[in-house]
Amino acid sequence: MCGIAGIIHKGRDGDVGAEMTSMLQAMKHRGPDSTGYALYGQPSDLLVMRFKLANPNETSHFGYEERLENSRREVEERLNKIGATVDRMEGESQYAYRATFRYEGDLKPLTDYVEDVPGAEVLSLGHSLEIIKDLGDAETVSEQYRLGDFRGTHAIGHVRMATESDVDIAGAHPYWAYPFSDVAVVHNGQLTNYHQWRRRLEQNGHRFQSECDSEIIAVYIAERLTDGLSLETAMKQSLQDLDGVFTYLVVTDDSLGVAKDEMAAKPLVLFESDDMVALASEEMAIRAIINHEIDTYDPYESEVLVWSR
Amino acid sequence: MVAMKSTNQSRRTTAYDVRGLAEPDAEAPNSAIVTGDAAELDAEPLTTRQVNLELRRLIYGEGITEVTLRNPGAKHSLAVGLLIRCRIRIEGSLGYFGCGLIDGPEIHITGRVGWAVAENMMAGVVVIDKNAGSLTGAALRGGDLVIRGQVGARTGIDQKGGTIIVGGTAGANTGFMMQRGRQIICGNAGHGLGDSMYDGAIYVGGTVASLGVDCVEAEMGPDDEEMINRKFGIYGMDRPDSFRKFVCGKKLWNYDNLEPHERKLVL
Repeated sequence: MCGIAGIIHKGRDGDVGAEMTSMLQAMKHRGPDSTGYALYGQPSDLLVMRFKLANPNETSHFGYEERLENSRREVEERLNKIGATVDRMEGESQYAYRATFRYEGDLKPLTDYVEDVPGAEVLSLGHSLEIIKDLGDAETVSEQYRLGDFRGTHAIGHVRMATESDVDIAGAHPYWAYPFSDVAVVHNGQLTNYHQWRRRLEQNGHRFQSECDSEIIAVYIAERLTDGLSLETAMKQSLQDLDGVFTYLVVTDDSLGVAKDEMAAKPLVLFESDDMVALASEEMAIRAIINHEIDTYDPYESEVLVWSR
Repeated sequence: MVAMKSTNQSRRTTAYDVRGLAEPDAEAPNSAIVTGDAAELDAEPLTTRQVNLELRRLIYGEGITEVTLRNPGAKHSLAVGLLIRCRIRIEGSLGYFGCGLIDGPEIHITGRVGWAVAENMMAGVVVIDKNAGSLTGAALRGGDLVIRGQVGARTGIDQKGGTIIVGGTAGANTGFMMQRGRQIICGNAGHGLGDSMYDGAIYVGGTVASLGVDCVEAEMGPDDEEMINRKFGIYGMDRPDSFRKFVCGKKLWNYDNLEPHERKLVL
C-alpha cells in the first residue's frame, strides 16, 4: 500500500524533521516495514553524503565491527584519493554514516568508487539533500537518527509496505536520483514496465541498488534533468513513459513536484496556503501538523504540479 | 453490551437493530454530552472504533435523533453501518470510507471527505460542503449524495441507484460501470465519462473531456429538467443554465444468461 508525504515552506525555514515524522507516523498503518526521509537543510558549500556500510540484520555477523571499521576507513581513503577534502565523517547509526566534504568534480565516478567498497550504498549526495531511511515506523527512525530538530525548507517521506521487493534499507524509499545531486523521489504504486526501463537505463550506465520498481523513477528523472529538461517537463514526459499506477513526489534543491498516473489510481490529498504546501496519501497526515480547519483537495489524473520554496 | 444499560430506560424501546452491532462485547466510551434528543460528541480523543461504538450507543441505545460530531480529524470509516433514521452533523473532515453502508441517516459534513464516501448507501442523505476524493458514492444503492465542491476520479463507480450531485468538477471515469441511478455534475467531467455503464443517467453542466466505452449523449426531456430543478431546490444549490445528458449506448448488451426474474417474463 505505502504512504507518501511532502511538505515545502515558501520563503522560510521550518521544523521539517519533526513535521515529516508526525505526518509519517499518522500513516503508519499504510506501511509499517520501513520509513524514509529526504530532508533539505540549509544549502552548504560542502557536499553532504549519507551512506550505509551494512544492513540492520548483519550487526550480529562474525567480525562485523572490524569489517565495518575497515569499510569506513576505506570510504574515507577513497574520498581523499578521488580529490575530495573530507570535513567530517560521523556514524549516524550502527551502519549508516554522514560525511561532509569539499569536491568539485563529477559525482558519478565518486559515487561508483565509494559504492565499490563492500556493503557500501550511497543513500544521498548533495549540497542540502539528506536521505535517512531504516526499518521501523517514523518515530523509531526519527529517534534513531535524531531528526527531531532538523530544520529545513522542504522534505518528502515514505512509509513502506513491501510488496514488490525485500524488507531492507535498499528497498526503502526515498530514492536518490543517482548521480544527480539533491534530487530524490518517493512513490506509491506499482510500475509494470519496470524491467524495460531498468534495462534501458542500465545500458545508459546507471546503477540500481535495489529490486524495487520505484527506483527507476528517480533514475529516469535524473537522466531527463541531465539532458537539460526542467523538472516539470521531465515529470510530464514520465506520464507517457511509465506504465502502471503511481503517485510520486520529486524533490530538488529548491522545488517539490507531484505526478499522478492517468487513472488517478493512487490517492493524494493536497493542502496549499500562502506560506506552505503539504501533501500526503491521507488527509490524516496533513491534519497531524495543521490543527486548524483547512481546505484540501485531490489532484486529478495525469496532473503534474511543482512548487518552489 | 454494558453501554446499553442506559439511564433512560424508556428510550430502549425505540427500534434496536442487532445488525448494527459490530462487536457485541465492545464498550462504548460514554463520552457524549446528551441534551434531550440531541447529543454532542468529541472525536478527537477517541479511536475510530470508539467513535462508531459511541454513535451506536447514542442512536440505537439512547434513541438520540440528532448527533453533532466534532473534531473528526480526517479519521477513516466514521459514522458507518448506521441502519436507522437519525441526523448527524460532522464538523470537520473525514478520511476514507466515511458514512459507508448506511441505511437511513441524514448526514451533513462541513469539511472534506476522502475516498469512497457513502459507499453502498441504501437510503438517506449525505451532504458534503467541501471537496471529495475518488470513488465517491461507490456502489451507491439509494438516497442522495451531495458534494458541493469537486470530486476525484471514478465517482459513482458501480452505482446501482440513488442520486449523486456534484457542485464542482469531476475526474476521470465518472460513472464507471454504473448500473442504475443518476449523477448530476455541475462542472466539467474528465476522460472516460460513463465508461462501460449499463444503465442510469449522467447529467453534465460543463465540458466532457471524453466519453467512455458505450456511453452516448441523449436528449434532455422535461422530466430530466424537472428532476434537476427539484433536487437543486432541496439542497439550495444554483444550477448551471443547461445540462447535457449521457446514457448507455447498449452496444455492449450481449447477455447470454437471463436473471431468474427475467426468465419468468420471457417464458
